[in-house]
Amino acid sequence: MTATVQPETIAPPAPPPAPTAPARAGRLLPAVSAAGWAVLGTAVLVALWALAATRTPDLPTPSESFTALKDLLRHPFADTPATGRGVGLQMLSSLGRVFKGFALAALVGVPAGLAMGANRRVWKAVNPIVQLLRPVSPLAWYPIWLAIMDSGPKASVWVIFITALWLVMINTAAGASQIPHEQLDVSRVFRFGRAAYVRHVLIPNALPSIVTGLRSAMGIAWMVIVAVEMMSGSSGIGFFVWDTYNAGRIDNVIAAIVLIGMVGLVLDALFLRLARRVKLEVTR
Amino acid sequence: MTLDIRDVQKWFGSQHVLRGVDLTVSSGEFVSLIGHSGCGKSTLLNVVGGLVRPDAGQALLDGEQVTGPGPDRAMVFQSYSLLPRLSLEANVREAVRAARRDRPKSWGDEMTERYLTAVGLWEHRHKRPHQVSGGMAQRAAVARAFAVGPRILLLDEPFGALDALTRARLQAQLVELWGSESDTETVLMVTHGIDEAILLADRVVVMANPPFDSIRTILDVPIPRPRDRAAVGSHPAFAKVQEELLSILAEDQLLAA
Repeated sequence: MTATVQPETIAPPAPPPAPTAPARAGRLLPAVSAAGWAVLGTAVLVALWALAATRTPDLPTPSESFTALKDLLRHPFADTPATGRGVGLQMLSSLGRVFKGFALAALVGVPAGLAMGANRRVWKAVNPIVQLLRPVSPLAWYPIWLAIMDSGPKASVWVIFITALWLVMINTAAGASQIPHEQLDVSRVFRFGRAAYVRHVLIPNALPSIVTGLRSAMGIAWMVIVAVEMMSGSSGIGFFVWDTYNAGRIDNVIAAIVLIGMVGLVLDALFLRLARRVKLEVTR
Repeated sequence: MTLDIRDVQKWFGSQHVLRGVDLTVSSGEFVSLIGHSGCGKSTLLNVVGGLVRPDAGQALLDGEQVTGPGPDRAMVFQSYSLLPRLSLEANVREAVRAARRDRPKSWGDEMTERYLTAVGLWEHRHKRPHQVSGGMAQRAAVARAFAVGPRILLLDEPFGALDALTRARLQAQLVELWGSESDTETVLMVTHGIDEAILLADRVVVMANPPFDSIRTILDVPIPRPRDRAAVGSHPAFAKVQEELLSILAEDQLLAA
């Protein structure tokens, strides 16, 4: 096992240890305190932003941006010739592409990763390819997919597929290659067939790291989709950002950034929940 | 089923772990392997189990050479080695189905129920390994081993991680299963415990590190069965074997250090 195949975790940085509150303060206090500090942090950021906006004429102020956000959210799913497609619809287009590309990547990446982790030869054959392609920005694949697919939206789905594929494969392979020795012995002593081994030993042990891979992949896919759609230019939240920029509405761009962040947060929270569910119980 | 180990050699790197081991265990025998860490007792057990291939020599079961694991043998490991995501019942059932593809599923289900009941775990069958105590987990592992209907049972320090009380109960259960209802004729057990080795075995094989031969000596335990745990300590043979084992092991420790 080389250092390059450790499962990657893209986790939020751990919060600094909370100061120990007096025991009588009750349970509510930590939550209140956390919210308080979050409000304070946001307030400082907004203040700095407001200050910067006074000196930069092109940068909308926080209140202008907030108004823009409210306006965007007034009819997010409207689609009229006058207003164009609402931001919610654009978000749904992007989510659809991300899920399609992501599902394809999982469909290919999980079995491929399991094969890599379970079989030394497959590992040796595939790992160099993955290591070579992994550092390449998935956007570099866009022209290839565009040439093949002849359609910007379809090409974006395949860019997302590439984005997610390497992370899913590497993480799955890392999990599948670290089967505890005693479970290997059990499968040999009781002569587990291939199906029983995959089902009862390989997949259960690889599962936590598969989910870690899926979670990282989803996070990056959500970042990449915005960039791809700026290039593919027909719909989606990335297109929306680029389109509003061209219309000179930087306030809408800022509002869109906030919305993209929120959707990303929700996606990550869903995968975090999944990760907690499949976490391997500590066994003796 | 007779086990015949002939001139088995095994190196791990430059370490000559098994130095020409010869041992015959006849059908119906219970044999303990005892010795200090690194003396190769677990390796020898794994050779019989088919998990380790000897560099030279062979293990024969009724004259047939061991080339890998087989349905005639089952193992119990020190670390319980239950599959963590399966219930106790599924752990036993899946092992039986995998090991005995020659039998119908109904046979496997029957064996699963019989042995989980025998070790007193049938009502806990839906629990998963992390939900039960170490003693219960090891009982499930013992049930799993018996349930495949092996003719030889291989135990690798099966009770080493348990507290004294649990260990005593499991030892009694093991002897009972071996003696009565199971197909299992022969037992080979690796242990660290001198008293355990004597209490359970017909013969105690003492293994040693260099400069000694791998098998230092073999002691008979002429105590009739059934052995009562409380009474066995006062049997004159018990003290004699115990003393002999202690002095041999102490000498080995001194020379190896």
